[in-house]
Amino acid sequence: MRRSMLFLPGNTPNIIINGDALGADAVILDLEDAVSPSEKDAARILVRNAIQIMKFENCEVIVRINSLDSEYWKSDLDEIVPLKPDLIMPPKICCAADVQGIDSYISELESKFGLENNTVKVIPLIETALGVENAFQIATASSRVSALFLGGEDLTADLRCKRTKEGNEIDYARKRLVCAARAAGIDVYDTPFTDVNDDEWIYTDAEYAKSLGFTGKSSISPRHVAAINEVFSPSQKDIDYAYEVMEAIRTAKEQGRGAIALHGKMIDAPIVARAKQTIAMAEELSLMGGGRNE
Amino acid sequence: MNNKIVRTLREAIELSGLKDGMTVSFHHHLRNGDYILNMVMEEVAAMNIKGLTVNASSLFDTHLPLIEHARNHVVRKIQTDYMSGAIGRLISQGVMEEQVEFRTHGGRPSAIELGITPIDVAFIAAPASDSMGNCTGKYGKSACGSLGYAFPDAMNAKKVIVITDNLMSYPLPDWSIPETYVDYVVEVDAIGNPSGIVSGTTKITRDPIGLIMARDAARVIQHSGLLKDGFSFQTGAGGASLAAAKFLKDIMLKEKIKGSFGLGGITGYMVDMLNAGCFESLLDVQCFDLDAVESIRSNPRHQEISATHYASPSARSAVVDCLDVVILGATEIDTGFNVNVHTDSNGYIMGGSGGHSDTAAEAKLSMIIAPLSRARLPIVTEQVTCISTPGKDIDVLVTQKGIAVNPRNKELGQRLKEAGLPVVDICELKKIAEGMTGVPRKLKKGGRPVAKVIYRDETLLDTIYSVPDTL
Repeated sequence: MRRSMLFLPGNTPNIIINGDALGADAVILDLEDAVSPSEKDAARILVRNAIQIMKFENCEVIVRINSLDSEYWKSDLDEIVPLKPDLIMPPKICCAADVQGIDSYISELESKFGLENNTVKVIPLIETALGVENAFQIATASSRVSALFLGGEDLTADLRCKRTKEGNEIDYARKRLVCAARAAGIDVYDTPFTDVNDDEWIYTDAEYAKSLGFTGKSSISPRHVAAINEVFSPSQKDIDYAYEVMEAIRTAKEQGRGAIALHGKMIDAPIVARAKQTIAMAEELSLMGGGRNE
Repeated sequence: MNNKIVRTLREAIELSGLKDGMTVSFHHHLRNGDYILNMVMEEVAAMNIKGLTVNASSLFDTHLPLIEHARNHVVRKIQTDYMSGAIGRLISQGVMEEQVEFRTHGGRPSAIELGITPIDVAFIAAPASDSMGNCTGKYGKSACGSLGYAFPDAMNAKKVIVITDNLMSYPLPDWSIPETYVDYVVEVDAIGNPSGIVSGTTKITRDPIGLIMARDAARVIQHSGLLKDGFSFQTGAGGASLAAAKFLKDIMLKEKIKGSFGLGGITGYMVDMLNAGCFESLLDVQCFDLDAVESIRSNPRHQEISATHYASPSARSAVVDCLDVVILGATEIDTGFNVNVHTDSNGYIMGGSGGHSDTAAEAKLSMIIAPLSRARLPIVTEQVTCISTPGKDIDVLVTQKGIAVNPRNKELGQRLKEAGLPVVDICELKKIAEGMTGVPRKLKKGGRPVAKVIYRDETLLDTIYSVPDTL
């Protein structure tokens, strides 16, 4: 379960050391934008050592490597792949060939370090207009791709428009990515809300992402994590309804009825599937009887 | 006599009969903006008086000239409840011939009243006074709010000199210390620098680790069994403690809990809680910011209390005796829950108990909030460098990676576990801390004792030694 993903600069030991205490379901240790060229080596070594030494028991570890057009991405993978992070995030992925290039190099490393093929999964960061248009091809380019990730900042630079709090300029990209990922049967994660001093709008932004179908949302501020987790957790109302659905199904089966209605509405397969997802998530979050208030 | 005004400070000192070897006292309500301690000691030095004991409720970096007076034998001994880092560092290097005596904010008035630390002349810096010595901290350009720590000095010193920069007509309305205790009044241009006296507005932390600990601290209180109507609470002015108060306020308002009183050094956040209906009253021994000063001046439910009333163990009763929950800090805490707030991990003095061990001893729930590491040093250790508050008085430690409950308080541990809070053994927290920082080399103590840590019942809790030159 990944509701929240938190970016942590790869060159800040005092922050990384507390990465697993910040409440995020996943931390993204960043070797790319947060790290200046003169510190790339140091950050790579620090992130490698942190993954080796720290247990990160409460969260997944994702490493954002440098982009394919840089001189660093292979060195990043050389150090990180043997440690089997939960995910590798390659940035600025524009097409299926980008993914296949990374896939092929990771396969080489898996073989070199005696890892089973396809152990290390990737979450392509889509942050260009071309990437958005090729989203489905990217999502299906390799079996390593386990989710898509939208990067709104670089995307708006590429679109030559201003990034706004409301986010109308990335609306198309958000919807396109959700559709592509779902069509490919994988998860999809929303771009961070970057005003770190705004502790209110993060709720609005996360609610909107959830309403579009995003699996979760990323953040560059630890202070936004709780809001994201709250929004992407099932509410008590959701949980109660899911149980009602499952109970209605059970009763209908006992009575040998085919068509099932609840509160005057037909219950079909997608509703049952969603109810099962909600219950599974609530159980994982230990939310039974104490879900998010609405 | 129709007034007690004396023309100059020197004249007042002469009239007080101050002589070699006597004890002078000061309060610390003007904090790092205080001019009075330095002004008096400079005058005393000019009068060639030697071998004084200085009993100050706290000392700040602005009082650094005191060290020079010690070197020149004007000052022989220091008694205080707290000293900030610059003075502490020099004391740790052994500049004083006699050991500093650290007491607590409750222990100090107790020792004064019991005659253990008698005061010959008390110098009371007063933001407002009339000609007969009725004085208060609530008005004037140097307003500091409560004068709580000055009461025992005024009520017990052989001579009392009020020094003010705001002489008002007699009778001063709404006085704190009445004229009955005051011998002389001296008017000066300024008793302090307002910017160092109180901060504009105390802000809660934006540090994510601090916020995580604060949220968990509020949840500990929520599930402690103590958060119900009549609840009473004290917290410090540190960022994480204030954030905990903010989260607690949210919980109290949501659950419609009406507390009885908020206690201690008071900040704007506690004032907000009072105004929001979380408490019936605030009992204020010291104001930390302008919001608190304004509130104590204008809201009758925000009451000034003396240090004795706050925390004296020898009073017939003190407010701390009725306190439910206190949130405190620590520079170190060990696996026996002993807390250090006197020194840093290298052994340099940089603080003091203040009301730490008074509130910890009496509150039903004493909570420490501290991160597992600071500046690459583990905060949870095998043994603290100095015992400021004994572990028997601490119930719970909240860190960013778990909450440790003192095994003495089994019921609390059970309650917190049932509420789903991340309760872990304190030894496990020590292991995690050392996993982050490594195990530091054992600290070498210097050969000379430089300070005594005296518990609120006058027993010796610990001795602080000089720091070796090699550090």
